[in-house]
Amino acid sequence: MAKIAAVIASTHHPFYYRASTWTGADRPPFADEWAAKIGAFRETLTRARPDLLVMVGSDHFHQLWLDNMPQFLIGKAPYYDANYYNEEREFGLPRMFLRGDEELSAYLLRQGIDAGFDLAFSNELRVDHSITCPLITLRPQADLPIVPIYTNIFAPPLPQPWRFVDLGKTIRRLVESWPSDKRVAIIGTGHLSLELGGPRQFGPHGPDPEFDRKAVEWIASGDLKSALAEVSLDSLWLPGNATHGFMDFMLMMGVAGEDVAADYSDSLDLFHTMEAYFTWYPAEAS
Amino acid sequence: MSKYLLNKFLFTIDRDPELVERYRNDPRGTVEWWESERAGVILNCPEAEQSTWPAFTPAEREALAAHDYVKLFELGAHNFLLLTLFIAVFERDYEEPLAFQREFAARLSHWSLPYPDIGT
Repeated sequence: MAKIAAVIASTHHPFYYRASTWTGADRPPFADEWAAKIGAFRETLTRARPDLLVMVGSDHFHQLWLDNMPQFLIGKAPYYDANYYNEEREFGLPRMFLRGDEELSAYLLRQGIDAGFDLAFSNELRVDHSITCPLITLRPQADLPIVPIYTNIFAPPLPQPWRFVDLGKTIRRLVESWPSDKRVAIIGTGHLSLELGGPRQFGPHGPDPEFDRKAVEWIASGDLKSALAEVSLDSLWLPGNATHGFMDFMLMMGVAGEDVAADYSDSLDLFHTMEAYFTWYPAEAS
Repeated sequence: MSKYLLNKFLFTIDRDPELVERYRNDPRGTVEWWESERAGVILNCPEAEQSTWPAFTPAEREALAAHDYVKLFELGAHNFLLLTLFIAVFERDYEEPLAFQREFAARLSHWSLPYPDIGT
């Protein structure tokens, strides 16, 4: 059976690529500290020696639209082109080209549907910065095949938080039952408190530092019980109007396991967001 | 109320570099053209198979034509689409990084929770 080499959860900040590659007067003052933290975080994936990456993210109104909006979708394609004109325009992100792993995609779709998730699928998916930002931070050579999994954290009505957790638990179980000798890293990115297109956007910190402090503690300690007790679709509006992306962190907590503390945990208080980075190494992965 | 159509306008302009420039330079003309020619196009259907019913309310039409992102926020346009498109339209007019984004926030500072419903 396949082995889970690492479980990784982080924020995905589209400005990282530009901040870390700009030089001279354009380079922001926080770039060196940020790049150093990303370097250490990247090492946590490198040392896991993965063969392929399952990547959980969310389309930001690029390919998926309100005339036909899936809640959970798995890509099943031999290749994925990546990033869009408006991400190039706003964040300076490069166009990327990624290989897929159709065998694992097909397995997750068939078994996931049989496990009670009526998953949508896409045979031609152009992925966006929710998938490419973690590649840029964790595997910039982008040399491993991926299986992209998209969640709807964006266009109400959304699935409930517990459903994200259950999907994460299911993904974990299915990858571990996949008849393969591959080492699979499961990587998912979301947000802590975040405001976009609202009065609290782009302040000196994330819009709700207290939520961020609690959320980092829940993730680092695997405290799903507290997260599920305090987080609801309604409550997530309070820390910031884009905070529903935290449900992708909850999905990854489901992958990592209840009360399983992260082996690596770090964070960085940036302008307008708290960035956070977590890695778990399942015991059987060594 | 046609929040879906507001979002469809923002979405289809934002993804096309030529339309971003057209909307920046001639917002009223772009909105009139788009509503008559593009509003009914179903994005994954042949253009001949259009929807026949989508139309803006007068308030929506005027807010789009006036680049009035505060009013669009209040009408329930999706916050992400609003931010992304209006950064493309206005950020170049500001010298400091994030200055437009901060002005956007300041112009909405009279709002507290709950914000207008973005559900469609």
